[in-house]
Amino acid sequence: MLGSFAVLRKQSLLGDAISHAALPGIAIAFLITGAKDSNTLLLGALVSGLIGTFWIRGIIKKTHLKSDTALGLILSLFFGFGMLLLTFIQKQPNANQAGLDKYLFGQAATLLESDVWLMAIVTSVCLFVLLLFWKEFKILLFDADYTKTLGFNTKFIDILITTFIVLAIVLGLQTVGVVLMSAMLLAPAAAARQWTNSLGMMVFLAALFGAFSGVFGTAISASQNNLSTGPVIVIVAGIFVIFSFIFSPSRGLLFKQIRFIKNRRDLQLHKTLAFMYNIAETHDDISHPHAIKILNNFQGFTKGTLQKLADKNYVTIKGSNWSLTNEGFKTASNLYNQQTKSHE
Amino acid sequence: MKKNIAVKIDDLTVAYNYKPVLWDIDLEIPEGVLMAIVGPNGAGKSTLIKSILGILKPIAGSVTIYNKPYKKQRSLVAYVPQKGSVDWDFPTTALDVVMMGTYGSLGWIKRPGQKEKKAALEALEKVGMLPFKSRQISQLSGGQQQRIFLARALVQNASIYFMDEPFQGVDATTEIAIINILKELRKARKTVIVVHHDLQTVPEYFDWVTFLNVKKIATGPVKDIFNDDNLTKTYGINYKVSIQE
Ligand SMILES: Nc1ncnc2c1ncn2[C@@H]1O[C@H](COP(=O)(O)OP(=O)(O)OP(=O)(O)O)[C@@H](O)[C@H]1O
Ligand SMILES: [Mg+2]
Repeated sequence: MLGSFAVLRKQSLLGDAISHAALPGIAIAFLITGAKDSNTLLLGALVSGLIGTFWIRGIIKKTHLKSDTALGLILSLFFGFGMLLLTFIQKQPNANQAGLDKYLFGQAATLLESDVWLMAIVTSVCLFVLLLFWKEFKILLFDADYTKTLGFNTKFIDILITTFIVLAIVLGLQTVGVVLMSAMLLAPAAAARQWTNSLGMMVFLAALFGAFSGVFGTAISASQNNLSTGPVIVIVAGIFVIFSFIFSPSRGLLFKQIRFIKNRRDLQLHKTLAFMYNIAETHDDISHPHAIKILNNFQGFTKGTLQKLADKNYVTIKGSNWSLTNEGFKTASNLYNQQTKSHE
Repeated sequence: MKKNIAVKIDDLTVAYNYKPVLWDIDLEIPEGVLMAIVGPNGAGKSTLIKSILGILKPIAGSVTIYNKPYKKQRSLVAYVPQKGSVDWDFPTTALDVVMMGTYGSLGWIKRPGQKEKKAALEALEKVGMLPFKSRQISQLSGGQQQRIFLARALVQNASIYFMDEPFQGVDATTEIAIINILKELRKARKTVIVVHHDLQTVPEYFDWVTFLNVKKIATGPVKDIFNDDNLTKTYGINYKVSIQE
């Protein structure tokens, strides 16, 4: 759901960076408290995720590095540091660390009821804030400079959006894991964008696809032994994306192709009809018969198109002659007017 | 008769890195003029507008609108950004974009209602885009997108309008339609400031002009200062426009 905003911001990498940045937080939280209690660990993830994000912001603003560079830098820095800490923890003798690597790839099976409650609560808070600041989010995403001239505090809106993206990511870590989290954030949004042109609908669909992938993925991985939940969920989400890219009615590849072929056919018909119209116009009687032969030199004319025009009752064919019907004449003259109008 | 000063800029200096792109600009724009800002690419025209509107933070200098700091007078000012500054693939409709012009007066959280919608429809009508109100913005032509931006500014019902290249990539018909709207605004005693590239049309469209190239070269009535001398100073090369009388 919140992924929609990341996609529209062209900051798709941000999700990746945040989830990787969360790793050292988990490790540090474990080192300090020695506990495996997921709330503590997630708090650590949240803090280091936020630090990472605002560092990225700072780097982009202060130096003139491109945003990809800054993201990549923070991503590898934090992830490397996190891995280092994890190895260190694993070498420790008291090792009840076994649970920590679940944050790498995720394991929904280890979710406790309290974790699920936490997710539900945070999700509803996000939803509430989203609805409350809907107008502000929309205009900031579309045109940040303009938003500023209207007197809105753009920094505040920006921080709000970012915080919620970080929150969503951190919560998802347990289920999907650090490595695949960004895919989980972006895939539903990318799929949703294919189906709709309205921001509201897009966010709703993304949430739906996301939830569906989650449920379905978990079900599959639970029914098969030894399948990690995270990858399965992401694969299900990926299937949504592929399906959407191919089949969506307005942006999908399949329908684009079909429309293209249909348009080309229509165009051929129209061109032939227009040509006939020109000939027929020179006669007082529009239904005056003409030889089919004179059409032969005309580009775009085939026997097939003539037959189709006859099927549509635009022309009648008698032997080697054709003549325009009243209906055909009308259609053709409409086509003409339309064309000159659209050129105005 | 002494005219009211709508916009007053003092000692404005702006830099992105170390080198200033605007250097010590002083400028007074009288109320009710239709003013062109001209200068070569990279002269800092867009930067000037963005600094006036608080989008960029200047190193030094101040901007006042009707004798008060800009921040207190925001509601008097409307902005038409350069068309290329936003992503037109954003999932929204023409009407929705125009409605955004009402967000400022609505303030936080409150949603636009019937009144705002009516205002937006009127603005669309004015720019001749009413038939396209439900159209996805990605499916509008460049000139139509430009008109949508203009309508969004009109909805704000401001006193001062800043427009960054509103004629960029529009055909002759649209250009005339837009300039007629601007002239109407001037008639209503509004002040309109336009970044403009086509020097030939300056005398025909505008009554006031500012030459800019990092520094302010000149500012004043078109009939007094729009001459080869100032053009040469601004554009560096020996410039000759034939000004039709
Ligand atoms: N975001 C930025 N970061 C760094 N330098 C910038 C940035 N934007 C503009 N500049 C530089 O500032 C100078 C002025 O740019 P500006 O966009 O104001 O010019 P302009 O007069 O609007 O040009 P044009 O006619 O091409 O629109 C240019 O030299 C440009 O390279
Ligand atoms: Mg510019």
